[in-house]
This record gives sequence, structure tokens and C-alpha cells, in this order.
Amino acid sequence: MDTTSQDNSLIREISAEKYRYGFTTDVHTDIIDRGLTEDTVRLISERKGEPEWMLEFRLKAYRHWLTMEMPHWAHLDIPEIDYQNISYYADPTVKKEGPKSLDEIDPQVMKTFDKLGIPLEERLALSGGVAVDAVMDSVSVKTTFKQTLAEKGIIFCSMGEAVKNHPDLIRQYLGSVVNYRDNFFAALNSAVFSDGSFVYIPKGVRCPMELSTYFRINAAGTGQFERTLIVADDDSYVSYLEGCTAPMRDENQLHAAIVEIVVMDRAEVKYSTVQNWYPGDENGKGGVYNFVTKRGLVKGVDAKLSWTQVETGSAITWKYPSCVLQGDGSQGEFYSVALTNNWQQADTGTKMIHLGRNTKSTVISKGISAGHSQNSYRGLIKVGEHADGARNYSQCDSLLLGSECGAHTFPYMDVKNETAIVEHEATTSKISEDQLFYCNQRGIPMEQAIGLIVNGYAKEVLNKLPMEFAVEAQRLLSVSLENTVG
Amino acid sequence: MRLEQNYIDLFSQNRSLIDGGSAGVMNALRQRALDCLVRNGLPHKGLEEYLHTDVVEWFKPDWGMNLARLDMPVDFAQAFKCSVPNLSTQLYFLANDTFASSQTASKNLLPQGVIAGSLKEAATEHPELVSQFYGKLADMEKPGIAAINTLFAQDGFLLYVPDGVIIEKPLQLVTLLSSKVDLMVNRRILVVLGRESQAKLLFCDHALAANQYLTTQIVEVFADQNSNLELYDLEETHYANRRISELYVNQEAVSSVEVDYVTLHNGQTRNSVFSTFAGRGSRLSLNGIATIDKEQHVDNMTFVDHRAQDCISNELFKYVLNDSASGVFAGKVLVRHGAQHTESQQTNRNICLTRQARMYTQPQLEIYADDVKCSHGATVGQLDDKAMFYMRQRGIPEAEARMMLMQAFVGEVIGRVSLEPLRDRLNRLVEKRFRGELTQCEGCRACR
Repeated sequence: MDTTSQDNSLIREISAEKYRYGFTTDVHTDIIDRGLTEDTVRLISERKGEPEWMLEFRLKAYRHWLTMEMPHWAHLDIPEIDYQNISYYADPTVKKEGPKSLDEIDPQVMKTFDKLGIPLEERLALSGGVAVDAVMDSVSVKTTFKQTLAEKGIIFCSMGEAVKNHPDLIRQYLGSVVNYRDNFFAALNSAVFSDGSFVYIPKGVRCPMELSTYFRINAAGTGQFERTLIVADDDSYVSYLEGCTAPMRDENQLHAAIVEIVVMDRAEVKYSTVQNWYPGDENGKGGVYNFVTKRGLVKGVDAKLSWTQVETGSAITWKYPSCVLQGDGSQGEFYSVALTNNWQQADTGTKMIHLGRNTKSTVISKGISAGHSQNSYRGLIKVGEHADGARNYSQCDSLLLGSECGAHTFPYMDVKNETAIVEHEATTSKISEDQLFYCNQRGIPMEQAIGLIVNGYAKEVLNKLPMEFAVEAQRLLSVSLENTVG
Repeated sequence: MRLEQNYIDLFSQNRSLIDGGSAGVMNALRQRALDCLVRNGLPHKGLEEYLHTDVVEWFKPDWGMNLARLDMPVDFAQAFKCSVPNLSTQLYFLANDTFASSQTASKNLLPQGVIAGSLKEAATEHPELVSQFYGKLADMEKPGIAAINTLFAQDGFLLYVPDGVIIEKPLQLVTLLSSKVDLMVNRRILVVLGRESQAKLLFCDHALAANQYLTTQIVEVFADQNSNLELYDLEETHYANRRISELYVNQEAVSSVEVDYVTLHNGQTRNSVFSTFAGRGSRLSLNGIATIDKEQHVDNMTFVDHRAQDCISNELFKYVLNDSASGVFAGKVLVRHGAQHTESQQTNRNICLTRQARMYTQPQLEIYADDVKCSHGATVGQLDDKAMFYMRQRGIPEAEARMMLMQAFVGEVIGRVSLEPLRDRLNRLVEKRFRGELTQCEGCRACR
């Protein structure tokens, strides 16, 4: 082998290594037939053993979805999606033979999560660690530390369990923040949603550990449609983490989730996401379509909701975590780093709807585009008529690495109150030559220097992440940027 | 029935009348305009570009149109004394959408080769010249009024400056809206600047009688290499006036264009600017002020298309909104692939003085080149408390202090106006406007 081909193989190795979660797990998975009809919705509901009211909820959403069209306003080039060519339910926990026991998890599935760095054995977790709800395809595999949490009155379980065990809470809150009529993907999710997490923090309780849900798509030809609901009662606090990965496949997989959060008086919810769905290969083949509706109703007085997201994965991202600031003195925050490389496309941002008096919101968005990717920030700051003293500050910076990529900013500001102060600033520039030169001069190679500068640029957001995630996110940023030089 | 059908029918029934009152070059585009209007219709609220301005409502009334080009006698000397002190201008008048040739100053005062005057006449006398430019920028396929304006426009104003000619004296085009019935006016303006030429152009819109008016105006500007244009658009009409204006600018290499929109008094206004950098090293300065109250509405939409390298665009729009006034600013900067070394700055700052005032702002960046410096900023807020406190502490009464702060707020935009006498006059007009002394349009006696 001559040197060139040796180099090439080395490069290939590195790029193949880039997405290290791209493996598949060989586990028997019960997948329903492809296609979406009313019968599919009934079948999903039946598989999950849901009560009648839940089925009604799904059917209403399904019928409404039929009347809707896929939105095209985003700055995205979305190929035609055949909704009849997707399987809407895949269950990896069903055993091939023998009686089904809930406590028994296929060792293959356990191994998968181990490999992903998510220990499902409580004894393996560090003291004061993280409680995890692990979701593979459509089903929650295991939720750890349930007992410890239950002692404090905290409910942390899969949505499927919650529908069975806490129907009153689910009926009260499910769909109260994101109505099934909200948008095309919300309607679709409401019709076919599978497991996500349900969290309820009772009055005055500070959740002693980080709660986390790990989403994994494994089966081919399926989509993931999870649904998460978090309710933080008066004076409570919770920090919730979300992570996600998928295998490397040539086909595009659909992920359309809904996250709803209700924050009561003086409560605080911190929601952090590290989104690392498979982004497709360097030619733009494959990857996950990530169309997510995330919204929090900050209902109580002096309540606070903070979204932090690091978006490095997905072929296409369409996601706007929002805060409806209804309670007087409530606060909303949005910190985001969105990195796109190769042929990835992202249209992401936030909506801050100020309704209560003296509400405050902060938006910090850092976009990084490389390769042939397109990265857009889209945000809405709306101040209602009665939102006296509303205050918003938004800052959206974009960094361009390469001449073939694009960075775009589309902020909207609708102000209907004269006492409101709304500020928006945005800048777009390329990576500073001076900084690169400084690094190079001190012997730091180009690729590392870029990683260093990008990490510094994103620091403001990364600092908001819980420790475990911050380390992971930093590493992810560097890895995603590999091979962007030249 | 779709609303545009009324207009399509009107056109079909009066086609020969319209053609007869205009010139061949303008008539030649009418069929295509008709096709576009049939296909795309009128702009409506469902379009992103018209989200906050319901122009459909504006087209609904049964407007009169002067298709037969009846003479509407306006005594300009009596009606108008819109002089800018210390600024001597070359005056031109438009009565509604008809060029009033009898009032126009002698052509001899302009350098040789310059054509300034009626678009209809110029199109008749120099068809090969006008047909090179007329309708070449206004995109009839886009949502907007290019189609309906091209369909009905019969006259307007042309400024043609040949290569190397510099017109020192500013040209002032005064439009007086005057009619006994509610009137729809379709005006067309064409500005062509040759290589290394320079011109200053001031548009003043006034309304004489308190009838309802709907104006559609298309301005096409061609700025050739090394040319320099200053364009000022001052609107001082009254509450019953509605205006949709579209400005198209095409800039060749190393040209410089300045556009200033000042809305002091109006009813409902929509200004769109579509500006393209076709050559390297050009510069655009785009500014706007709106001081509005009662039910007034101002919507400024700008689209700056950086196609060439090394161009600089600068935008600054400021609004002061009182009573139930509403303001919209939507600005987009597009930096195309390869348009390296672009510098673009866009700023929109707004003050809402009352609870009922509404402001919608959307500054947007779309960038496909990496070696660029682009930024935008938008704010909505009130007068600075600290500054207010500082001034009151020094014995300045509250009302006066507010006035000074508002004056200083819009002063930043006025400061960008290159034409000094106009700058002074704008400062005075804005001050009067804030003091409530300028309740009618200042220039016209008929309003008093």
C-alpha cells in the first residue's frame, strides 16, 4: 500500500468513526406493518393497553392530521416524506417466546445502553447520579431510581405507565400546552405517540437528582414519536436531560416528538438536550428528520423555565422550544448551540410569548455552519397587551466555516405593550483569522484550533448545561467539526 | 369573485382608452401584466410579505381612475409652497398621476442630454431609450403591485442622466393628490443614471382635498458604474390616504445610492425596496423615519440582494408610534454565494408611546458566503429613563425633555441625509410634528 492510499484509509477511518453511535442492535423487535390509518392508531393504542379516552384523544388528532398539509415555511429543503411507508410502532422488549416479564430486559438491549454510556443498573451509577428513562424505538425499556424518587413523591416513569397509573394527571395536562391542532407534526405525534417520559414534581420538592431520558432509534423503517410531559408543582425544582442517538442508515428516519412542560408558582424547570441523531453521511445520504414541538407553559407567579440545547445531529432539524410566560414575574430562557456540517439543515430557534406582567426572557443562540450545510435561527418574541414591564434580550450569532454553507437569521418581534423593552442583535462572520493564526503560532494544529475557537464561541451556552452533558457536548462539537478544514 | 376580477374587468372594458392615454412602450407590457394579475392576484394577508398590512382592504372600495386623462386643474402656485429654505431645486409637478408640463421649469437649466419630465412624453419621443429600462426591474411575478401598476399606469416621471453628467441642483418632484371623487392613482417613475453621473432627487407627496386616495407607485432606478444617486421620499399627506410604493434599484460597480424614506403624515403606507448589487464595490444607504399617530400605519419592507463582492449596505429605520398607530419593519439581507467581503448592517429601533401602539419587526439575514461581516439589530422600547431623569434634574420640564429625546432619537436618521438644507428642514418638521403643530401637511395651503 502506498502512502496516499494509506492516508486515504486513515481519513476514511476517522470519518467513519465520527458518528460512534451508528451501530445497530440485533434484538427481536415487534414492528407493526408500515402505513398509517385509523386502524394503525387503534392498534398502537391496543398494544399499549390504553383506556378508551386515550384512544379517543389519538383518533381526534389523527382525523385532524388528515386535514392538514406539511408546512413549507421553514428555510429547509425537505424531500417528500411518504407517511405510509413508515412503521409507527416498534417494540424491542417483546420476547420471541415464553411468557413476557416486565422485569426481564433483553441483555442485548441492556448492552446497547451500556455501549451508549447509559448505565441501566442503579448500582453502577455514581452516587447522587442521574435517574434514567431509557426509550428504544417506541417503548421505554427501563426507568431507574424510581423507588428513590417515589419516596419524595416524585413521579418519573414512561408515558405508557403514566397513562395507566396516573390517568388524572395525564388527562389534566396532556395536550394542555401543545394542542393536537397546533401544527402538522403535533397532530401526527398526538395520533401515534409512543413512550416518552412523564415527570411530576410535587409541591415544594427539589428533585434530588438529574432526571434523564435517553432516546434511541434502533429498528429500520420506523419513526420515533415520543411524548414527554413534565409538571412542576408550586415551589419545586427539576433539571431534566434528554439525549438521543440513532444507527447509521442510508434511509431517512422520521422523529416527530412533543415535549410539554407546565411550571407552577415559583417552580423552576431546566430542560437540557444534547441532540445527536445520525446526521447522514458526508454526501448527505441518510440521517434523521427531526421535527419536534417543544413548549413550556410558565403558568405560575415567578416561575422559570430554561431550555438549553446542543444540536449537532439530524439531517434536518425543525425545532423551536418555546415558553409561554403566563405567570406574573415568570422567566423564560433559551440557550442554543446548533452546529451543522456536510449537508445538514437546521431551522431552529425559540418563541417567547409574554403574557404576564414583568415577564423576562433571554435568548442566546449560536449557530455554526460548515460544509454544505444551512443553519437558520428563527425566533418570535411576542409581547401581549397586558404584559406590562416585559423585557427581552436576544442575541443570535452565526459562524461560517467554509464558503459553501449558509447562515440565516429570521427573528420576529411583535410588541403590543408600550412598557416592553425588546432587543435583538445578530451578527454573522467567519472564524477570526487572527485567532487561528495565534493558535497555529503556538503549535496548535488547524483542526484543533478551530475546535478550540468554536468551543470558546459556544461557551456561553455550554456553561448552562449540567456537568455531565457539558463535557459530552464539548467533545461532540469537536468531533462534528472534524474534516471541516480545507 | 376574486377582488382582482374587478380590476381585470375594468381594464378589459377600457383597454383602448388606457392605451390611448399612454405611450407604446408602456402599452407593450400591459398584456403580460394582465396575465400576471390573473395568475397571482393582488397581494393579501396570507402572504408572509403582507402579514401585518391588509392591502386587500385598500383595493376594495370602488375607486375612480382617471383613465381618460381628463384635465384636473390644480393651481400649483396657489396650492403649493413647499420650499426648502436655502435649497433651490428644479421643480416638477405631478397632478395625481399626470405630469403637469405647464408648471415645469425650463429644460434649459439642466445639462445637455438630461431628460427630466413626463414618462409618457419621453416614451413617445425616445421609445428605444425608455423600452431599454421600463419594466425591466419591477418583477410582476412577485407578490406585490407591479402587475396592477403596469396594467394601469399611463404616465409618471422620467429622469435620464447620460454618462459623465453631474446635475448639481436637486430635482424635486412634487405630487399633489387632488380630486373631487375618491381616486386611485397609478404612478410610474423611472430613473436612469449613466456612467459616472450624479443626481439628487426629492419626491414630495401631498394631498390637497380630503378625499380618499389609493396610490400605487413603482420607481425603477438604474445606477450605472461609478454613478451616484441620492433619493429622498417625503410623505406628508393625510389620514385618508393609502399608498403602496415599490422601489427597485439596480447598482452596477462602484455606484453609490442613498435612499431616505420620511413618513411624517399619512394614512396607511406600504413601502417596499428591492435593491440589487450587480457590480462590485457598490454602496447603499437606506434609511427611514416614521412619526405616526392616531390610526396611521407604516410598513417598510426592504430586500437587499448582495450578488457582487465588496459591497456595503447600511440600513437604519426608526419609528415613533403614538396613539393607536402601528408600524411594521421587515428587512432582509441576502448575501449570495460568492459575494465575499460583503459588509451589511441593518438597524431598526422603535419607540411605542402608548399602550395601543403596535410594532412588528423582522430583521432577517440570509447568508451564503463566509467572508462577510453582517449584523442586524432591532429594539422596541421607550425613552431612556436615565436620560429623562438627567434632564429633569437640570430643570427641563418633562414635556420638553421628552420632545428633546424623541428629536434626538430620530435625529440619528436625519443626520444621515446628505442634503444639508433638507436635513435642517426635516429637523424642523419633525420637531413641529412632535409638538403637535404639524397636524396637516405643511407645504400646502389647501390643507390649512
